[in-house]
Amino acid sequence: MSDIICIEGLSKSYADGANVLSDVNLNVKDGEIFALLGPNGAGKTTLISIICGIVRASSGTIMVDGHDYVKDYRWTRDLIGLVPQEIALDSFETVMRTCRLSRGLFGRRKDDALIEDILDKLSLIDKRDSQLRELSGGMKRRVMIAKALSHEPKILFLDEPTAGVDVELRKDMWRLVLALKERGVTIILTTHYIEEAEAMADRVGVISKGKLALVEEKESLLRRLGKKTLRIELQKPVAVLPTVLEPFNLDVEDNGSTFLYTYDKNANRTGITKLLSELSSTGLILKDLQTQQTSLEDIFIDMIQKENS
Amino acid sequence: MSYHAIKAIYIYEMTRFFRTIFQSLFSPVLSTSLYFVVFGTAIGSRMQEIDGVSYGAFIVPGLIMLTVMTQATSNASFGIYFPKFSGTIYELLSSPISFVEIVSGYVGAAATKSLLIGCIIMLTSTLFVPLQIAHPLVMVLFLCLTCFSFALMGFIIGIWAKNFEQLQLIPLLIVTPMVFLGGSFYSISMLPPIWQKITLFNPVVYLISGFRWSFFDTADVPVGSSLMAIFAFTVLCIVVIWWIFRTGWRIRL
Repeated sequence: MSDIICIEGLSKSYADGANVLSDVNLNVKDGEIFALLGPNGAGKTTLISIICGIVRASSGTIMVDGHDYVKDYRWTRDLIGLVPQEIALDSFETVMRTCRLSRGLFGRRKDDALIEDILDKLSLIDKRDSQLRELSGGMKRRVMIAKALSHEPKILFLDEPTAGVDVELRKDMWRLVLALKERGVTIILTTHYIEEAEAMADRVGVISKGKLALVEEKESLLRRLGKKTLRIELQKPVAVLPTVLEPFNLDVEDNGSTFLYTYDKNANRTGITKLLSELSSTGLILKDLQTQQTSLEDIFIDMIQKENS
Repeated sequence: MSYHAIKAIYIYEMTRFFRTIFQSLFSPVLSTSLYFVVFGTAIGSRMQEIDGVSYGAFIVPGLIMLTVMTQATSNASFGIYFPKFSGTIYELLSSPISFVEIVSGYVGAAATKSLLIGCIIMLTSTLFVPLQIAHPLVMVLFLCLTCFSFALMGFIIGIWAKNFEQLQLIPLLIVTPMVFLGGSFYSISMLPPIWQKITLFNPVVYLISGFRWSFFDTADVPVGSSLMAIFAFTVLCIVVIWWIFRTGWRIRL
């Protein structure tokens, strides 16, 4: 896959001296879903806003589809659709009219059939003539997506698209995003819901304090940094951990009735066989065994904590 | 140049105008009609003619200008301020259009609205006073340029304003007094000599005088000066808007 967005040495600082982005270098591949993770104030929204032309960069270059985002802004912005974090709508307008405006702003001819198709996919077709103030928060967020899609963008920025929406709607949006990817749309997603990135992203970038801490394939990241935990539940709790189990660095939970053993699943020797053998030798009776994969969220939190320390 | 974008903004703004037709159209027409009733008919009947024109007819161009200037300013300032206030300006800033398309759409719509109101007021005035138009083409030129230039100024105010109070500040404290003191209801030749000279620093004097000349063939200042004043004002506004978009002042962080 070729790169559709190439960012080099991007920095942004404000007049008050606040340094929001520092020397960000990032390439986004054509047709991928790229998840940008980071805590509040990390610079995710600023980065997106600069690429979309809402905020000016202090230094650095951005090429979109091989074109400079400042010199060839008409070309680059034409390819981009943006769903901002905040719901920003003219409350007194109707769904249809606000989508028509979005399409028109991008120089496209009026095409109500296409907008109706988008509204249909977003379960908004019944609301096409409703005023936006009459819609629920979840519906308004869907309207924001419909507006961004109304000019058929090749690149879609979703800035926290599912913040504050219910689980069902979130799943609907995931389906929509995956369908867009199928059609070849490149999607850049920022989210607080790590499960969202885990479910959809091809690659993950972690940004912290304005610096891009990491960019990696999601699967490889999970493989590299992902650890597994073996959860051992005992029939009866133990007051003291048997001496033979001490080398395994077990975490004891539930008043001594559960042991947690963390291991590297990619290692040649995980230590599980030896642990189970030693457990058997102690005479403890097992009730249940479970393994759990470390989530992207655990990796993310661990990374941010290391960054802060 | 994206004509679809200009059309989209223009239609969107005009839809808003027609959605609030009572407030947008009826309200200025009613208040101007009251001026005709009070100043034109009631007080005007006791006033002397000015330059051979009855007082009722004399104030018509001034009243049209008063309404057109305030309406063009307020419509354009609100038009661009509202997206800033509601946050929808992100869409304008992230779309592949230049300031030319944005200004054409918003200013074009605001100028059209004020032009429409101006024409209705002109028609309404014929119910109260006999009206003649000596130079119809010049009248249309002055009316259109005034609508356009004051819509440009309103656009600048909308970008500058950080809240609704500031949005009202310039029209209320500067535009309205300038229009009232610019000879809307009187000829500046009626003022004491010193005030006649001071009044010449008020650019609105030139617009009202030129516009009045197109009706009655009589003016306070030469028509050429009036045309130059309105062209200069228009160019100044365009330069300021160009600078705003070039630097991102108050719109791009």
